[in-house]
Order: sequence, then C-alpha cells, then structure tokens
Amino acid sequence: MNNLIGVYTIWYRDVLRFWYDKARMLSALLFPVFFLFIFGSGLQRSIGPMGGGVDFIQFMYPGIIGMSVLMGSFMSGVSVVWDREFGFLKEVLVAPISRISVALGRTLGAATVATIQGIMILVLAPVIKVSLSIWIVLALIPLMFLLAASMGSLGILLASRIKSTEAFQAIMQMLMFPMIFLSGVFFPMQDLPGWMSFIVKINPASYGVAAIRGLVLGNPPDSPFTIYLFGHAMTIWENVIIMAAFGFIMIILAMWSFGRQE
Amino acid sequence: MPEHIIQVENLVKKYGQLAAVDDISFNVNQGEIFGFLGPNGAGKTTTINILCTLARPTAGKATLNGFDVVRQQNEVRHSIGLVFQDSSLDDRLTGLHNLRFHAMVYNVPVSVRNERIEQVLKMVDLWDRRKKFVRTYSGGMKRRLELARGLLHYPKVLFLDEPTLGLDPQTRNHIWEYVLELRKREGTTVFLTTHYMDEAEKASRIAIIDQGKLVAMDTPIKLKRMVGQDIINVRTDDNSKAAEEIKSRYQTEVRKDGDQLTFKVDNGEEFLPVFIKESGIKIASISLRRPTLEDVFLKLTGREIREEEVGDSIKEHLRQQGGGRMPH
Repeated sequence: MNNLIGVYTIWYRDVLRFWYDKARMLSALLFPVFFLFIFGSGLQRSIGPMGGGVDFIQFMYPGIIGMSVLMGSFMSGVSVVWDREFGFLKEVLVAPISRISVALGRTLGAATVATIQGIMILVLAPVIKVSLSIWIVLALIPLMFLLAASMGSLGILLASRIKSTEAFQAIMQMLMFPMIFLSGVFFPMQDLPGWMSFIVKINPASYGVAAIRGLVLGNPPDSPFTIYLFGHAMTIWENVIIMAAFGFIMIILAMWSFGRQE
Repeated sequence: MPEHIIQVENLVKKYGQLAAVDDISFNVNQGEIFGFLGPNGAGKTTTINILCTLARPTAGKATLNGFDVVRQQNEVRHSIGLVFQDSSLDDRLTGLHNLRFHAMVYNVPVSVRNERIEQVLKMVDLWDRRKKFVRTYSGGMKRRLELARGLLHYPKVLFLDEPTLGLDPQTRNHIWEYVLELRKREGTTVFLTTHYMDEAEKASRIAIIDQGKLVAMDTPIKLKRMVGQDIINVRTDDNSKAAEEIKSRYQTEVRKDGDQLTFKVDNGEEFLPVFIKESGIKIASISLRRPTLEDVFLKLTGREIREEEVGDSIKEHLRQQGGGRMPH
C-alpha cells in the first residue's frame, strides 16, 4: 500500500512539474511544429506524393507525433540526472518507499507527460488535413503511452547508471537522434539500403511509429508504409506487441537498476 | 524500546582499497544531541549515509531505533529526518508542494497533514511564502524549509549534516532555536555534524573522527579538559610579588610572559571572582582563556578543523579575483 502511494506521489510530482514548466510545454509543441512545417513544406514539392494518397506532410505527421512522444519520455531520464545534480534525488532515495516504486512512478510520470505532449500535436490534425475520428484518438492515447513508457524506462535505466549530466546528455544524443531519425519518422521504410533497413528493423521505436502511422493514416496490407519483418507485413497489433515486449523488458531493467544504486 | 537509539558496532565502509570508515563503534542515547566532528574526508558523511540507508556498510552492524540499517531500511527511513548540507529540495515546485510530497511519501495521516504542514512552516517563518517557488528562496530560507520538511513526520532521529554552513549568524540562531525547541517537545535525538565550534558546544556528547577512525568521544567539557586547564593571563602593579603570591596560594606554575603572568587553573570561571576578591593583588587587567574544541581537535588530529576549507576558499577567492585581470 505504501509503495502504491509512493508510485502515485512520484508520478504526481512529474506531472506537477510539467504543468508549472510552461517553457517546456511550449517547446514540446513548437519543436515538432517547426519540423513539420519547415521540413515538410520545404521538401513537399520535390518529394511529391508518398503513395497511398498521402502527401509528405501528412506522411510525416504521425511520425512527428511519435517523435514528440519519444523526446518527451527521454527527457524524464534527464530529469533523474538533474534530480541527482540538484540533490532532490537524495530526498527520494531516503524516503520510506521502495526504489522499485520510485522507478515505476518515474516511468509512469514520464509516460503521462510525453503522452500529453503527443496529444498536443494531435490538435494540428485539421491543419495537416488528416481526419482523426474520436475512436482513433482514443486508440492513440494508450499507444502513445506505451511508446512513452518504453522509452522513458530506457532513459531511467541509463540515468541510474550514468551519474554526470554531461555524460548523460552526450549518450542521450548519440542514442536519441539515431533512434528518431531511423524510426521511419521522415521516410518510408521500404526500399531502404540494406544496412539502413537492418537498423530500422532493430530499432524498437520504429514499431511504435509504425503503429501510430497505421492508426492515423490507415494500414491496409498493401500500404507503402508497412514494415516487413522476414518478408511478413506487420499489422498494427504486431507492432504493438513488439513495442510492449520491449517496454516490458526496459521497465524491469529500469526498476532493477534503479533499486541497486547507492 | 531499544536501549540506545543508534548503535554502531565495528562499522567498516571501503571504497576499493580505501577505508572511508574504518571499524568504528559508538552508541547514541535517546534524546541527546550527538555531535560528529572531523575534517573533510574523515568519514562523517559516509557514516551518516550508512545510518540513513544511503550506503551499505562493507562490514559491521548498525541499528537505528532498533532497526537494522541494511535489512530494515523502510523502518529506519520512517524513523529519521534529514537536513543535508546540500539542498535536496525540488526548486521547480513551491515550498508547500515540497512539504506535501514529503508528507505523502512518509505516510503522514491525511487528517493531520495540513495542520502539521502549517505548524512546521510557521515554526520556520515560511508560512507566508509557502506558495512561492523554491527557486525564489534565499539560501537561509531553503535551509529552513529543509528543516521544516525534516521535522514534518516527527522523526525519532534528526540528522543535521552541516545544517548552518554558509548561513548568516541570525539564521543560524533561528535554526538552533527550532531544533532545541523540537528536542524539548518531542524528545527527538539530534545527530549533528558541524564545523562551527560554538554549535558543537551545544552537543551533549561529541565523537571526533579522523581518517575513518574514532579518536575520542565524550561530553564537550570532558573533551576540553583533556587538553588541559583554563589559562589565566594577569597584569599587575608588581608582577614578581604577585607571582609569589599565586604560587604559594594556589600551588600552580606561573610563567612570566612579557608584562603578564600566565598560569593554569581547573575551573577558570569560578576561580576568577574568588581570586580577585581574596588574593589582595592589585590587578591591572585579567583574562581567561578556556581550551576550545578547536584545541581538542588540534591535539587529537594535529590539524585545525577548518584549515582545509579556509585554504580552499582562499584559493577560490584568488581564482575569482584573478579571472581575466591577471597580467599575462
């Protein structure tokens, strides 16, 4: 019972901090918008239609949703390191709640904040001329949450091992940007060079992005945006299962690693 | 009820080959102020970290409030409050948020939560600022908020790790008032580390630690007695006559020191009035110097307790002064 309260408290703090940090909220909204409109408008004409009746901005839109969820959840790893730097982590570590509930609360907090960031991007749908029914929105929320929880626990796992903010940020950038760029946010995953196709397929974020894209743009079996794994066209559910499996492993590792630190 | 609120037996903590804490044992009594003195790197913080479950001992055993610090971590954590030397507040939230968070985590019953928060905030004079973000607080206010937070769950033992370092004298006095008041009211045991000797004097007992080992442990008075007696300097109209008089009357060595006489007595404060009244010597000036804990420390470890830090801060000062303005 006490541990449940612990999870709730840690989660609550993360959400509260996000609420009071208007600058972070604004940048969470603006950064993807810049990508979408500057990148999108710039390349739109030279790239032309993407197939499946979708133009480049529309193609990129679900990817950008995924990107803002990914970046939002990664950020919570940074905040663990910040807490260490500014001392607050000590207050958490001497509190009479288990480390496991701290890690879990952190993961859920990160996932909630990142999901809210994703939802903020959904507001742009009419501008992009993508129609989202209420059912698609309702299905997207748990999907974004799952993606965010997986990536958030990866961030927390790293943060519990890497003690300095500088090192953490360096590693984050080496990890986060390839993960985002090679997850199919900006280009379709078919007909890629072999090495790239390989990286895209071992990148867990790809399956999250593919699932979001499938929901937003529809995922008929002959869609040009489908991931083929060993010649098999992945359905939305199969993507979700891979994402969930990855997330499950990450959260277990994060709780284990967070619990062991001194 | 355990006999001692803290019991430490043969505690060892090694980092690689280096023993930060090297086989120390001591007990802390319920309700006392226990002072922990030592230079930087002596093992003070490591010991505190073990006692508050932040570090695991390499060997030995420690219990707090009857709970083992390794096997009963949650019970130990419930029993302690901490004020660290570095801030451990969430400065992106308000003072009130910080306390609410603490009350939730420490399971302070909902029915008394708000009342308790109000009580501790008023005690440290931060009630009016409770809705302001902590990052707008001054250093002294932050420390007071930490103290309020450390007291919120009525801990059995309050750890104060350099609680007043870098604070102005007025704030230091305030903080001590709160601590002493709480100790009187709740019987809270206080475990203190400090560099300020006048603060260390407030301790019921003091343990001096150097290079991971306990070198002495006693009441401040007895520790100071180890160093020697009180020293009296006196200047009179006729020093040689006075020296004879003092020698014969009090059987003590008298040393001529310029135009002064220096001699040692046991209980200087009580000795002085008697001496002035009954000796019949015409005294021009008189002064009493009592051995300080600083002297004790110097005698036991061969070092001044503050010298390292003073050295550092001078270096820091020079570095800042020199930045960009030094001729190359």
